[in-house]
Amino acid sequence: MSDMDEMDDGSGVVKKFMFLNRKAPHGTVYALEGLEVVLITAAFDQDVSMVFTDDGVFQLMKGIDTKGIEVKDFSKTYRALEGYDIEKLYVDQASMDARGLTEDDLIVDVTVLSVDEMANLMAEQDVVISF
Amino acid sequence: MLHIVNKSAAERSSLESCLRMATKGSAVLLIEDAVYAATNGNAAAAKIQAAAADLKIYALGPDLAARGMAGRVLDGVNVVDYGGFVDLVAEHSNCQSWL
Repeated sequence: MSDMDEMDDGSGVVKKFMFLNRKAPHGTVYALEGLEVVLITAAFDQDVSMVFTDDGVFQLMKGIDTKGIEVKDFSKTYRALEGYDIEKLYVDQASMDARGLTEDDLIVDVTVLSVDEMANLMAEQDVVISF
Repeated sequence: MLHIVNKSAAERSSLESCLRMATKGSAVLLIEDAVYAATNGNAAAAKIQAAAADLKIYALGPDLAARGMAGRVLDGVNVVDYGGFVDLVAEHSNCQSWL
């Protein structure tokens, strides 16, 4: 019976989740939807890493002003992630370089990873979810 | 002719196709995620700057601002607002949207 109980009750299981963000904000709904899912996952006390590569690094730009296109500015939400115990934010160095960006251009503190470090981080995850 | 591009040059080939087909004196308007190509340090910036010799390159201001890119626009790229967008469409006899 106790085995059965453990199987039924998975609440204590913590998995490593990586959310891989590769899209620019606004042009598609992926960035906003990804952020929503990350916040939901945080409610289940999982080990969450948020990774930004390719055009996904643009999601973290400072100075975003969406008044002119009349859509929600969700960039401030990245700063609230810390309050949900989501503190592992990573960006890809090569993606930053290809866009002329440095850490100073970003709205949150991040860890910048090389391609090899990024690949290793991805390989050690239990679940990778791509947006 | 007015060419309109709305996708990031890092994701799609539409900007490259546009620049290949656009004839001298044509206008190219970058909107939505295409505006990144017209910003300093972007991998596509060199293509835009080379194209600006023969083409008039425009980028939509509200889309730049929404992406935190208003202060990073390449020299030689003209920033227009929605009124300017309408003017460009009206001024040109035809237009091609590179979907």
